Amino acid sequence: MATTIETKGNALTYETIEAEAGLKAALAMSRADLVDFVRDSDLKGRGGAGFPTGMKWGFCAAEKADQKYIICNADEGEPGTFKDRVILTRFADLVFEGMTIGGRAIGASLGIIYLRAEYTYLRPHLNEVIQARRGAGLLGHNILGVEGFDFDILVAMGAGAYVCGEETALIESLEGFRGEPRNRPPFPVVAGLLNNPTVVNNVETLASVAAIFAKGTDWFKTFGTDKSTGYKLFSISGDCEKPGVYEFPWGITLASLLEEVGGTGAKAVQIGGASGVCVPARDFTRALAFEDIPTGGSVMVIGADRDILDVAENFLDFFVEESCGQCTPCRLGNVQMLEAVKLLKKGECPPEFLAAVKDLGGTMQVASKCGLGQTSPSAFLSILEGFDDEIANRAPSA
Amino acid sequence: MATTTLKQEQLRTDVEALVEKLGPGRSSLIPILTDVKRRFHEVDSESMQTIADVLDIHPVEVYSVASFYAFLHGAPEGQFVIRLCGTLSCDFAGKDAVADALKNELGVGFDESTDDGLFTLEWASCVGMCDQGPALLVNDQVHTRVTPETAREIVAACRAAAAAEEG
Ligand SMILES: Cc1cc2nc3c(=O)[nH]c(=O)nc-3n(C[C@H](O)[C@H](O)[C@H](O)COP(=O)(O)O)c2cc1C
Ligand code: SF4
Ligand code: FES
Repeated sequence: MATTIETKGNALTYETIEAEAGLKAALAMSRADLVDFVRDSDLKGRGGAGFPTGMKWGFCAAEKADQKYIICNADEGEPGTFKDRVILTRFADLVFEGMTIGGRAIGASLGIIYLRAEYTYLRPHLNEVIQARRGAGLLGHNILGVEGFDFDILVAMGAGAYVCGEETALIESLEGFRGEPRNRPPFPVVAGLLNNPTVVNNVETLASVAAIFAKGTDWFKTFGTDKSTGYKLFSISGDCEKPGVYEFPWGITLASLLEEVGGTGAKAVQIGGASGVCVPARDFTRALAFEDIPTGGSVMVIGADRDILDVAENFLDFFVEESCGQCTPCRLGNVQMLEAVKLLKKGECPPEFLAAVKDLGGTMQVASKCGLGQTSPSAFLSILEGFDDEIANRAPSA
Repeated sequence: MATTTLKQEQLRTDVEALVEKLGPGRSSLIPILTDVKRRFHEVDSESMQTIADVLDIHPVEVYSVASFYAFLHGAPEGQFVIRLCGTLSCDFAGKDAVADALKNELGVGFDESTDDGLFTLEWASCVGMCDQGPALLVNDQVHTRVTPETAREIVAACRAAAAAEEG
């Protein structure tokens, strides 16, 4: 996997976590304490939405059911995100350790890792790690000698659909259906895979769980801010000298981040991938944190010479391709926004049309069924707002 | 048509073996489609019928699922499916030049296959190699920092592999 090792960046905390220390610590606790421990760390989901992990586990643990599942979301489809690939390549054991702790906490005996089809080359590696864990008594029956604690992990493959990263679409896909998001409620923690209570967590969330159990919640809280505890991996690409996967504590400003990666001349950064927001240079004092700019960690640096409308167009092409088409605002709205951008590029977008499309974008944000449609207007709208001068100057009348 | 029948028989045996391994449930459908696609480079209507029979679901269900996923659509594909990432960071890194080189070298456009049945060229959404773009996948294999020149080398290597298999 030479290509993966090539991914550069800075030193990662995961390198310093002792193998199985987290699992051993967890197995020494009572099951109810496991959920409280995660709650106490204030860990929030690393997949983008930032839902408190302890709370999610608590909901699922409270459900009465014969069968429960914990799913590791390794769909990593958000444009500009590749930190999960690096975690799975270098720290797969930590991820499986986190899943095993989760299984113990919620009362699940099966974990499934849903790996995007584009990462099929990682599958043999993951299966080897799982096999080795079985051999070492870290998966299977009576794990580490704990009577009655049975847990195993399977790898399931995606088949090329961004929307399947959305947790209910992922579950549909696992069940053998089209990856179309479900209506919620019920939430997966109540009725998920095969209608059983299911926790879906991001790869990085689960690795963090293992680290937190290994080192303690106080240790975790020494990183980050009051509202965003811990450290985070950022996938950094685009117009900078040193792209790669970087670990920073939550709260880092965009200016310091760009300094680190050699991207100081940028005119903007796209945070959170295609579904995120475009931040112009004048706002580089802002911070990456749940209380300021929340993100799953995708940072795409946009250099001074780029046409900002090319950025909007690229993302809208993506959403037109990836919308599952179930609901009308999303199916049509992305096409309309793309049309508007193309007209804007030519300086031919009638103001009434632009206003109508902006309205439609606003409607999508509130009326779409899933996160894809709710977030796909964000880049477009933030670009219109942040780059008014650059865009307006193109109008033939100007 | 004797050949088709033979293929169908073979397929049925294979699908049954897969179901044996994966379980009889509906959740085996995507792994089965992935496997059939990998081996036959298409999922034709007869294959869909066979899969439906074995899983005891309607063939329309099989079609509906296959058509949803970028990697599973039923249409015939080349032995090597080249998927070039079209997303922003690869765009910044020069994906258009790579796209032109691939089109020239293969003599087909995107979403087309070469007449010899060897190649299909497609766009992919971000493949998670954004720090090393332009990136492309050839079947399951990823290639990074692709240039027009290395793109031609990748195609040549596929041709050589196919020729070696033939001979
Ligand atoms: C369109 C869409 C795509 C998503 N893709 C991913 C993904 O690739 N990986 C991921 O972890 N979460 C993804 N999510 C978020 C998941 O729905 C879910 O919130 C997450 O897996 C929960 O894990 P966490 O709480 O540990 O972050 C996506 C959401 C949407 C709406
Ligand atoms: S918002 Fe878009 S992606 Fe989500 S369910 Fe509706 S059509 Fe599908
Ligand atoms: S943008 Fe091409 S791999 Fe992510």
